[in-house]
Amino acid sequence: MATAVKKKVTEDLPEKVHVWPYLVRLEFLCALIVIVGLTVWSIVIDAPLEEAANPTKTPNPSKAPWYFLGLQDILVYFDPWFAGVIAPVLIIVGLMLIPYLDVNPKGNGYYTYTERKLAIWVYSFGFLVLWIALIIMGVFLRGPGWNLFMPWQYWDPHKVVALVNVDLPYAFGFRDYWNSALFGGAVVLGYFGLGTGAYFFLERKAIKNVGFLRMFLKINLLLIMAGMVIKITLRLAFNIKYILVTPWFNI
Amino acid sequence: MANKPKIPNVAEIMADIKSGKMWKDLAKKFTESQVWTSSFRHGYADTPRNRVLQIASNVWLHLHPVKIHRHALRIKFTWCMGGITFLLFLSTVVTGVILMFYYRPVGEYAYFDMKYLQYDVPFGMLMRNMHRWAAHAMVITVWLHMFRVFLTGSYKPPREFNWVIGVFLVTFTLLLSFTGYLLPWDQLAMWAVTVGTNMARGTPFLGHEGPFQEYVPLISPRYDARSMLLGGSLVGPPALLRFYVLHCIFIPLVAGALMIVHFWRIRKDGGISGPL
Repeated sequence: MATAVKKKVTEDLPEKVHVWPYLVRLEFLCALIVIVGLTVWSIVIDAPLEEAANPTKTPNPSKAPWYFLGLQDILVYFDPWFAGVIAPVLIIVGLMLIPYLDVNPKGNGYYTYTERKLAIWVYSFGFLVLWIALIIMGVFLRGPGWNLFMPWQYWDPHKVVALVNVDLPYAFGFRDYWNSALFGGAVVLGYFGLGTGAYFFLERKAIKNVGFLRMFLKINLLLIMAGMVIKITLRLAFNIKYILVTPWFNI
Repeated sequence: MANKPKIPNVAEIMADIKSGKMWKDLAKKFTESQVWTSSFRHGYADTPRNRVLQIASNVWLHLHPVKIHRHALRIKFTWCMGGITFLLFLSTVVTGVILMFYYRPVGEYAYFDMKYLQYDVPFGMLMRNMHRWAAHAMVITVWLHMFRVFLTGSYKPPREFNWVIGVFLVTFTLLLSFTGYLLPWDQLAMWAVTVGTNMARGTPFLGHEGPFQEYVPLISPRYDARSMLLGGSLVGPPALLRFYVLHCIFIPLVAGALMIVHFWRIRKDGGISGPL
């Protein structure tokens, strides 16, 4: 009997509550825990301070701050103009575009996987794998010469790694510059062209409602993200260095 | 004779303490004094009216609405990450100002000021540790906040604009941390920033090793996107001064302004998101 009464009381509770005291006391508790945690952490662990800066003595490996190590790691697969400039810009712009590209009205204000599977997959993959996992790899597994070392391996600065990478056109038998460039350009353009075309064909009914620009940006950002994974796979599995080589830039 | 105050005996005092009358009288004395009533523009008693005024008439608390949806209290929903990020930002501001009293962003002094802070300044090491760890923690909590906002679909209408502000704030959090990374002026700092800023060499058109730079006049190692960041062609004393000014003045001001917009828009967009 008593429990039944209690339940009824919960149901009758008003939808809105006073911020003072219900939220403010939570915030206060939370702040207290965080500040105590930060203080204890700061008493126990000292911030690092190495020897004085010396421009004539380059450490090996030289690592960016840990939160940029994901970007530093894709330098293995991409040139600096992409890994260090275009990729970060695309990440920032792409993130800003999310609310304007994701037109799914469901899942607004509550946790759901079933109502927006693709969105959750794409974001989680980008955040947990391409960002966090690469950071963890960069912090713990990248040693001298940016070579991979397992945690139990000695960081040998003289580790010899055979340079066996070739460009994709070379692997397909193209030997002169123009044919290689044409082949590489066809692969890159074909990837984006066919990807975009296929998406528009499959979603042809949605174009009228969603809009051309929105769909074009969405599929091309996704293709770039998938393309990065494809190129990393090509390098690791088939030792492919570049897809397209030009006098100005390489992809 | 009638004006003589009555001296209470021990038994009466004990009874006052036990019944709580003593504290009630004391609280009344304080909360009805001129100092108290001039400081707080609402009554002391716990009434619905005072609960509202507590928030609405306090400059710090009035960022909150006076009432919120019950679901907004659930830690399971919010992870508390936005609030923790802001708290960590405030921690870095406080500890950072203290560090600024002892630190000079000059090539000859910076590293020795760090040593001075660590070994001679009372609580200098603790202030430095708290500043650095709060900054690192802030990077993690702001990512988790963003992840939570994504998973709950809170960027969806009508909150699109606040998500965009949020992405700016994530970027500025990373830039704040990155510019601060150089200031200890040790090997870790110098080479991490060298690696980071070397990327700007590859900027298309504007970096001296980037695509198409040959078509832009005057681009050279001394005058390109990277040297504009560093004030020179390598990470030297001018870079230290630039990063110091960016770290202590420019980025905190911009990020602070954006935070005001971010918090304001939460309210204007109808409070934190929830199932409706």
